[in-house]
Amino acid sequence: MTAITLEAGAPFGAAPPSGDAIVTHGLTKRFRGGQIAVDALDLAVPRGSVFGFLGPNGSGKTTTIRMLLGLVAPTAGTYSVLGLSAAHALPLVGALVEGPAFYPYLSGAANLMRFDAADPTAERATAKRRVADALERVGLSAAAGKRYRNYSLGMRQRLAIAAALLGPRELLILDEPTNGLDPQGTREVRTLVKEIAADGTTVFVSSHLLAEIEQMCTHAAIMRTGRLVAQGTIASLSSGRVALVKVETPDVADAARTLGTLGLADVRPGNGAVTAELGGHAPEKINAALVGDGVAVRGLAVVRPSLEDVFVGLTGEGFDVDG
Amino acid sequence: MSTADTQTGIRRTPGLVPVAETMRTTERHPPEEISAPVPPARRTWAFWRLLGSELGLTFRRPRNLALLAVLALVPIVLGIGLWIAAGSGGDDEMSGLIQDVAGNSLMLTFLSFSFLVLLLMPVVVSVVAGDSIAGEAGTGTLRYLLAAPAGRTRLLAVKYLNAVVFAYAATAVVALSALLTGLILFPGGSVTLLSGTTVSMADGLLRILVTVGYVGAGMAALAAVAVALSTFTEVSIGAIAGTMVFIIVCQVLRAIPDLAPIAPYLLPTWFTNFDAVLRSPIDTAALRDGLLAFGAYIMLFGSIAWARFSGKDITS
Ligand SMILES: Nc1ncnc2c1ncn2[C@@H]1O[C@H](COP(=O)(O)OP(=O)(O)OP(=O)(O)O)[C@@H](O)[C@H]1O
Ligand SMILES: [Mg+2]
Repeated sequence: MTAITLEAGAPFGAAPPSGDAIVTHGLTKRFRGGQIAVDALDLAVPRGSVFGFLGPNGSGKTTTIRMLLGLVAPTAGTYSVLGLSAAHALPLVGALVEGPAFYPYLSGAANLMRFDAADPTAERATAKRRVADALERVGLSAAAGKRYRNYSLGMRQRLAIAAALLGPRELLILDEPTNGLDPQGTREVRTLVKEIAADGTTVFVSSHLLAEIEQMCTHAAIMRTGRLVAQGTIASLSSGRVALVKVETPDVADAARTLGTLGLADVRPGNGAVTAELGGHAPEKINAALVGDGVAVRGLAVVRPSLEDVFVGLTGEGFDVDG
Repeated sequence: MSTADTQTGIRRTPGLVPVAETMRTTERHPPEEISAPVPPARRTWAFWRLLGSELGLTFRRPRNLALLAVLALVPIVLGIGLWIAAGSGGDDEMSGLIQDVAGNSLMLTFLSFSFLVLLLMPVVVSVVAGDSIAGEAGTGTLRYLLAAPAGRTRLLAVKYLNAVVFAYAATAVVALSALLTGLILFPGGSVTLLSGTTVSMADGLLRILVTVGYVGAGMAALAAVAVALSTFTEVSIGAIAGTMVFIIVCQVLRAIPDLAPIAPYLLPTWFTNFDAVLRSPIDTAALRDGLLAFGAYIMLFGSIAWARFSGKDITS
């Protein structure tokens, strides 16, 4: 067990001069009461990536993010953010953790000024301008002077994103950034994330919206009850789950036999269609073989699994929260 | 402007450097430059900036202003009450207290302090100090302050200093309100002390200043207790009530004659020691003992607060 001190200049156990924005080794959090929220997590978030952090409710995403931000001390394991000590890394990290939290009696702009004042590296001289820019980026300029108390759910969420964009950031950690946003807001966040990533900033985003992650991210990791079940590029994650070939035909039995002869695995005859794992086979060869065997092929499709299929396959179908 | 910007078409205000541009500028720096420590001068400035932000929140918050207003009201009510009592006159049994206050405008200040220092001032100070960490934890703003990163030790120091400034503000409000009320209602001139000697008005004002310094220090010690309790909870009411219980238990213990030996260890015992300024010459030994007790409380509870807060998991 490696203790990590939260104060400035703490020696980080894992701080290799790697190209990764976030690295964790065996990162574990056991809360008082014995609940293991994060279990031996080995995460590697490449610099410049848009990294989706997926997992069902209670799988340990927020707890991981809290550890990366130095809010919660790991029970075991090490982590490194931007390869720097916490005091040097955090000013370069913009964060949204478990929803917005602001002073209800202050305006949006005054709230941002408050958090800017808390950053020891932020310059006071440029604060007003940076606050105005951040508000503009999330489309809140018009509501800058309005009290936070009177903000709608989506406006609050936007303000939290604005707070994450206050300074020059190398890394954005966004815990469910589209929570409570209307469809436009969701799209704008997606656009914003892409735009920020285009500037070279690494974005680490947790979300339940798989389609969202699929559209936005270059990489993803999937958590289940505190454990990492998969991580990699979106393409590699999807390829980890095999593509299927689906043959629509009235001659189900014949088609199944042909596919079996070709050496396709997991041949499943169904109602008017046969599916099998595509493996390394070329679809056109399969088609030719089927036609050669006199099977009436009405349709032949290669079904690539969506991220949602991957997610459900790895985390289970059940709706109940684990642990 | 990169093509990405034009494609996504974000609105730009002419003349302003957009955030995106600042980001790219940062990237151009070699990593060593980014990881280079912030110069000490900047760090010092940043500390004062955060304290300024904290004071701004504290002194603009209506609740806190209302508390100060209540404190200001007490000497006024007290003064008017005594003025009426003295004016009804003819009463040979008129207590020495009323005579003292009615006899000189400055005495109302000392009287107000001896009333307020027992309960009302501790309540007011513990509301702000007890709210310091727990309030931020309760609203969730604590996690964003620490992620900023405010730094735990730095934030705790700012929070405590803020409570100390507020404690002194509360003390000054009482003194000013009592002084003004006294000057309006009662005759000025030389002040008769408890020891019977009279001192000049200027000397009297100086003694009020010493009183403010001393009582403020006592309230700062109480603030340390409240801030320490504040690091243990996410509910400010809990920390505030805890401080109140502490004060009341101390007062009860003090009232039990058999427990006289533990009285010196109880914080409120020392609050009323400011009456040392009403002796001639000033009983500096009494003030010194009180200040030492306050210092001990600040050290003890400051350490508890730091030990707790620096290692605490922020899960709110
Ligand atoms: N302060 C705490 N004390 C005890 N257990 C906790 C605490 N905070 C979180 N947990 C537990 O840790 C586990 C992970 O929680 P976490 O908030 O990290 O999940 P999450 O992946 O962010 O979930 P969601 O998608 O619902 O936000 C849960 O089982 C939760 O009950
Ligand atoms: Mg969460």
